[in-house]
Amino acid sequence: MSAEGPPQGANYSPHGGSAAAELVNEAASGGAAHYARTAPPRIWNKRVQRRALRLERAATRLGARLTGKLVDADAIVALLEEAIEPADRVCIEGNNQKQADFLARALTAVDRGRVYDLHIVQSVLALPEHLDVFERGIASRLDFSFSGPQAARLAKLAGNGQIAIGAIHTYLELFGRYFIDLTPDVALVAAQAADREGNLYTGPNTEDTPVIAEATAFKNGLVIAQVNELIDVLPRIDIPSDWVDFVVQSPTPHYIEPLFTRDPAMISEIQVLMAMMAIKGIYAEYGVDRLNHGIGFDTAAIELLLPTYAESLGLRGKICRYWALNPHPTLIPAIEAGFVESVHSFGSELGMEDYIRARPDIFFTGSDGSMRSNRAFCQTAGHYACDMFIGSTLQIDLAGNSSTATLGRIAGFGGAPNMGSDARGRRHATHAWLTAGREAHRGNGAAPRGRKLVVQMVETFREHMEPAFVERLDAWDLAESANMALPPIMIYGDDVTHILTEEGIANLLLCRDDDEREQAIRGVAGYTAVGLSRDRVAVAKLRQRGVIRRAEDLGIDKRDATRDLLAARSIKDLVRASGGLYQPPKRFRNW
Amino acid sequence: MERLQFRFDGGSRVAAASDACLVGVVASGNLEVLIEPAPQTDACAIEIRTAANGFGDVWQAVMTDFFERHRVGGIRISINDAGATPAIVSLRLDQAIEEFTRRDPA
Repeated sequence: MSAEGPPQGANYSPHGGSAAAELVNEAASGGAAHYARTAPPRIWNKRVQRRALRLERAATRLGARLTGKLVDADAIVALLEEAIEPADRVCIEGNNQKQADFLARALTAVDRGRVYDLHIVQSVLALPEHLDVFERGIASRLDFSFSGPQAARLAKLAGNGQIAIGAIHTYLELFGRYFIDLTPDVALVAAQAADREGNLYTGPNTEDTPVIAEATAFKNGLVIAQVNELIDVLPRIDIPSDWVDFVVQSPTPHYIEPLFTRDPAMISEIQVLMAMMAIKGIYAEYGVDRLNHGIGFDTAAIELLLPTYAESLGLRGKICRYWALNPHPTLIPAIEAGFVESVHSFGSELGMEDYIRARPDIFFTGSDGSMRSNRAFCQTAGHYACDMFIGSTLQIDLAGNSSTATLGRIAGFGGAPNMGSDARGRRHATHAWLTAGREAHRGNGAAPRGRKLVVQMVETFREHMEPAFVERLDAWDLAESANMALPPIMIYGDDVTHILTEEGIANLLLCRDDDEREQAIRGVAGYTAVGLSRDRVAVAKLRQRGVIRRAEDLGIDKRDATRDLLAARSIKDLVRASGGLYQPPKRFRNW
Repeated sequence: MERLQFRFDGGSRVAAASDACLVGVVASGNLEVLIEPAPQTDACAIEIRTAANGFGDVWQAVMTDFFERHRVGGIRISINDAGATPAIVSLRLDQAIEEFTRRDPA
C-alpha cells in the first residue's frame, strides 16, 4: 500500500468501518476513475460530532434534571444511557482507595438493549459492580491492572467466557495505553467536591483522576464525575471544569478503602528478624536512600525498625530519606524521628489527613493544605527515581520469578512491576544504583551502568504451611486455564536482585550462572521442598562468597529479634507517635 | 493431632542442676517449648505434639538442624505446636535452649 494512496481514509476508523465502506462503493461506481479523486472528503472531527450528539441527547432526555453540568442523582442512569454507546471504551474510576461507586452501580442498571458490549478499561476492579456489568451483559471486554478483592470471581467469569480479558497491565502501562490505543470514550470519575461550573476538588485521594480525565477529555470523550458535595468555592481545583462534562452529587460519599494500614500488633518476631536483616544487610550495605515499600507486614516491620534498630546502627540521615509511598501509618515513627525528608504518594490513606496537613515539608500538599496524590506520577517516580523496591510475594520459582497469581484467582499486578523492575532508561547515578550495577556487571567489559535493587521479601512458608518457594509457579496453570498469552508473572527473575527470607539473604547479582542462582534461591528457601533439596556443598560455597548471608553472617543475634524493637506495637502507639493527629478508621480502633 | 519423637546422641551434657524452662505459648501459629534436664541419659530426646498432620519430614529436618547447631545432651524437650512455621519453631527452640543454658549455674 503506497503512502500517498487513497486507503489513508480506510485506516482511520476508530469506531466501525463506515469510511472504508464508502470508499469501496465510490470506487465500484466510478469504474476506472481514480480512487482518490472520487473518494468523498474525509471527515476529520467525527469524535467531536459524536460528542456533540451525545451531549444533545443527554440534554433532551434529562430536561430539567440537568442544570448546566449538574445532573440530578435520580437521572444518572438516564444520563449513562444517552452518553454511552454500544462497544464504547468505558473507564470506571476504580483506584486502590477511592471508588466511583455510585456511577459503577448506575452502570449496572442501564438498559442493556441500548448499552452493551462495552470495553472496560480501568486500573482496579475493587467493587462487585465492576464485575456485575459483565455478568449482566453490559460489558464484554476488559483491560485492567489489579483486581485483588474480585480476583476469584474474575477468574470464574473469564473461565466461562463472560469476560474477554485483553491484558493484565501495570498501572503505568495501562495509563500509557489510555493515550495510545485504549483511550476511553466515557470516563466515570470520583471527586470530593465540585463547584457549579464543574471544577473538581479530589481531596487527598487524587489518585488516577488526572490521567483518566486528561486521556478522555482531550480525545473528545465524555467525563462524568460523582462528587460527595457541591460547594460554591473549592479548596483547590484538581481537575478544571472544561475537562468535565457532567457532575452528579452522590447520595452517599464515595467509598475509600484503608488499604495500606497495617496494625503493628500483628507483626511477628520472624518479621522483625527479617526487617533487621533487610536494614543491616541491604539498606546499610548499599546506602538505600530513595525507595518504595510494597504493602504488607514485612515492610511495615522495616518502617517500624527505623527509629530503633536503624538508629542504633547510626543510619539516620544515611538511608530512607526519600520515598515514593502511600502515607503508611507505620511510617509515622520514622518521620517523627527525623529519618524521612520527603514522601510522594500514589493515593492517600484514611485517617492520615490531619497528620499530612501538619507535615507539609514531608508530603505533597496543595495551597489548601490537603495532600495531592497522583498515581501516574508516583509510579513514574517509583520506576525512575527510586534506587530500591522491596516487597512481598506469594510464590518464587527457581529462576527467581515471582508471582501473586494462584489457581482460581486472577489478581493482577497493580504497580509492583513498575517498581520492581530495573529502569533501563535511567541515566542519573546514585551510590546505591552504582553499587548494585558494579555487582551486576562486574568484569563484563560493558559500559558502566547502575542497577535498581529489587528485593523480594518472603517467609519460606505462608500460613497453613503453603510454601513460598515452588518448582513451578501457579501462574503457568492459571495462564493455561484462562487462555492468557503470558503467565501472570509479577516480577521476572532477571529483575530480582535479592531474595530475603528468615533464613537469610540471597544476592542474585553475585551469581555467575543459572546453577548458582538456583542454589542461592534454594539456600534461603528453608524447609520447603525446594529448600530441602539444596546442594549443601554448593550452598556452603555461596555462603563463603557472601552470595548467601545468614543473620549470624550479618552480626545479627536472632534472640534480639523481639517485638520490643518495634517503634510502635499497636495502632494506639501510632496515634500517640503522631501527637494525636492520626485518626485510624474505626475497624482499627480496639481500645 | 500428631505425635512425633526424635532422639539425638552425641551431644554434650548440660549440667543436671538446670531447672526446667518454658518458652512460647500455645496459640494459633505459635508453639510452646519445654526443656527439662534428663540426668539419666546423654541423649537429646524430643517429643512433639502438633496440630498439623503430615509434616514429619519437615520436623525431622528442623530438629536435626537444631541439634547440629547446639549439640546438647542430657535433656528432654517437649513441644506443643499449634501450627507454627518452621521459622518460628527454630526461633523458639533457640530461645529456649539459650534460656535453659543461661540458667545453668555452671
